[in-house]
Amino acid sequence: MGPVNSAVLNQGSTRTAFRTLAISSPDELVYGCAPSPVIAGRGLEIGAGTVVPEINFTLPPLEINESTWPEIRKQYAEMIDGICTRAAALELPGLLAEFETLPPMTLRPEWGAEITSILAERLQRATDVHGIKTALRLTPNDTRDHIRPPLMRHGECWDGMCRLFDMAAGAGADLLAIESTGGKEICDEALMNADLPTLLFALGVLAPRDMEFLWDRIVLACRQGNIIPSGDTACGFANTAMVLAEQRMVPRVFAAVVRVASVPRGLVAYECGAVGPSKDCAYEGPYIKAITGAPISMEGRSAACAHLSSVGNISQAVCDCWSNESVQNVRLLSASAPVVSLEQLAYDCRLLNTAGRSSDADRLKMRNWLVESDSAMDPQAYVLRPDVVIRLAGEIIKYENPYQRTRAAAIATLDELRKAHASGDVKIPRNEIRWLDKFCKQAESLPETEEQICDQMRDQLKDAPYLPSEYGLA
Amino acid sequence: MSETNIAEHPLYIAVLEGDAPTAKRLTQEALDAGANPQDLLSVFMIPAMDEVGRLFEANEYFVPELLIAARAMKGAMELIRPLLVEGGAEPIARVVIGTVRGDLHDIGKNLVAAMLEGGGFEVIDLGVDVSPEKFAAAVKEHKAQIVAMSALLTTTMPGMKSIIETLVTEGVREQVKVMIGGAPVTQRYADEIGADAFSDNASGAVRTARSLVTA
Repeated sequence: MGPVNSAVLNQGSTRTAFRTLAISSPDELVYGCAPSPVIAGRGLEIGAGTVVPEINFTLPPLEINESTWPEIRKQYAEMIDGICTRAAALELPGLLAEFETLPPMTLRPEWGAEITSILAERLQRATDVHGIKTALRLTPNDTRDHIRPPLMRHGECWDGMCRLFDMAAGAGADLLAIESTGGKEICDEALMNADLPTLLFALGVLAPRDMEFLWDRIVLACRQGNIIPSGDTACGFANTAMVLAEQRMVPRVFAAVVRVASVPRGLVAYECGAVGPSKDCAYEGPYIKAITGAPISMEGRSAACAHLSSVGNISQAVCDCWSNESVQNVRLLSASAPVVSLEQLAYDCRLLNTAGRSSDADRLKMRNWLVESDSAMDPQAYVLRPDVVIRLAGEIIKYENPYQRTRAAAIATLDELRKAHASGDVKIPRNEIRWLDKFCKQAESLPETEEQICDQMRDQLKDAPYLPSEYGLA
Repeated sequence: MSETNIAEHPLYIAVLEGDAPTAKRLTQEALDAGANPQDLLSVFMIPAMDEVGRLFEANEYFVPELLIAARAMKGAMELIRPLLVEGGAEPIARVVIGTVRGDLHDIGKNLVAAMLEGGGFEVIDLGVDVSPEKFAAAVKEHKAQIVAMSALLTTTMPGMKSIIETLVTEGVREQVKVMIGGAPVTQRYADEIGADAFSDNASGAVRTARSLVTA
């Protein structure tokens, strides 16, 4: 099953919309197995039966400039050397490493490419010497909002990103990904104000338009370099909401709605040619997997080194890669933090894969324990339940237009949470009940079409820091 | 007026509940009836915002409720501020705020700015990715008493130290208090770089700012 219909947002795009589910039974949505597995780098199979650790790491507090560059090169080499040595000691069969650039490394893509080469060379050596199947994912950070209002389709920042996309394969990357930010300039305010209509305009109109434009370009670079266009994430949107909810700044029910409403945005990447694995911080991944069949990377309790969450176990339930999000290169009692993270991921994956190898029933039992241990505790966890994912994903793909999908996602999620609260299947704090009511009221008056929401927002956002023309809007 | 009476006053309630049109209307009516603008501010509006902050810290209110209350306060302040200026009154303090160079994460900074405005401060928001020179120039131009800066990335956090150093070299460090915040920032880091204060949340930032200017 795959894309069947056309619903392009930008002239020239060949995107085709998913209208069926790749996985329609909750019991088939399990970890380690995806309908469309991916083989990356040096024979690393993802989604073909086992879960693969994906390690990510970053610098400790350190300015990035000409004078610190030698130290930065040294730090990245030290981190990957430590990781590969420990991976060999633990007899890891496979390892995916992610290098997420920091802004100066995208603005000056030669720097990003240089670090990519250092990492790729070490991973190649780990394959040659220790037989570990390795692959390197390069994730250039999205620098376009360095300028306010952001220039999404031209300018120095866009050019720097495109140059890094084009340099990725030559530098040794095996997969290309991004955490794109189109629409974030409107979404941030909507999140802070718990403003559902504006949020859906950002997630359902601006973000998909940008995703289509951006992902057509990423897929082109990957085809030319013969590497894998992997995936995107709603990190700047739904993870912002998740972290704000964790800090008690916005209601958790809102963060749950934002998560599901970010799915249509994410789908656009796959409709343009991304094949997975999705980015680790895309907690909406289970929806992507159910709809597209692509393998997904996830993180949860393993990412507590980067941020806290309420979905530590359930986020692992249907993953194909298991990640730590990112960890700083600081020394801990045992070893450096990236090495510690790698070890934690390795043991997590070993346990999951042992259950998976035992039998399909044991794989399902392990998945269900991961689900049940979190799902009633928080609405954000509840919307990651495989049965809920399949139901809500089905609502999303009833539509072809991303805004209508996003609207359907929000309305269906609110309905799902209301029912789950009434039946006692999910705990919603007392002071959030009034917010659930407020969101339901806001949802009742949501415009039905993209044209209508654009009309509504034209006046409301006339002084907002965004340029409609950068999204192909008049 | 007793605390109970204040809490039942319609202007206090309008700010507390973020009812901007009502807060503005009640303020105008009170001014038309000859009320002292300073009293409206200090007796009803600032205590209402303090209560908003308390409810937030007690996990009863969420940020959207803080923001709508701050907007209600701001709307009413638009009527009051010209009268205060006319009478020679100054804001509690002028705050220059921004994210440090290279850092584009401004959700926290925007929240602190809104809360400071709601708390009676005049806020000059320099936006994101602000250079040390721009911070120093804004301090001079606006005769600010506080510099507030934030960073989310460990790689941009060292920029805070550069800003403090620039304030020194530009000769304005003595005239301002420096407060810092952001996910990776700690009190220890504030001490290390010579900042005057640190806050890990927006409501606390208002209290911290008040304590800095009254110290």
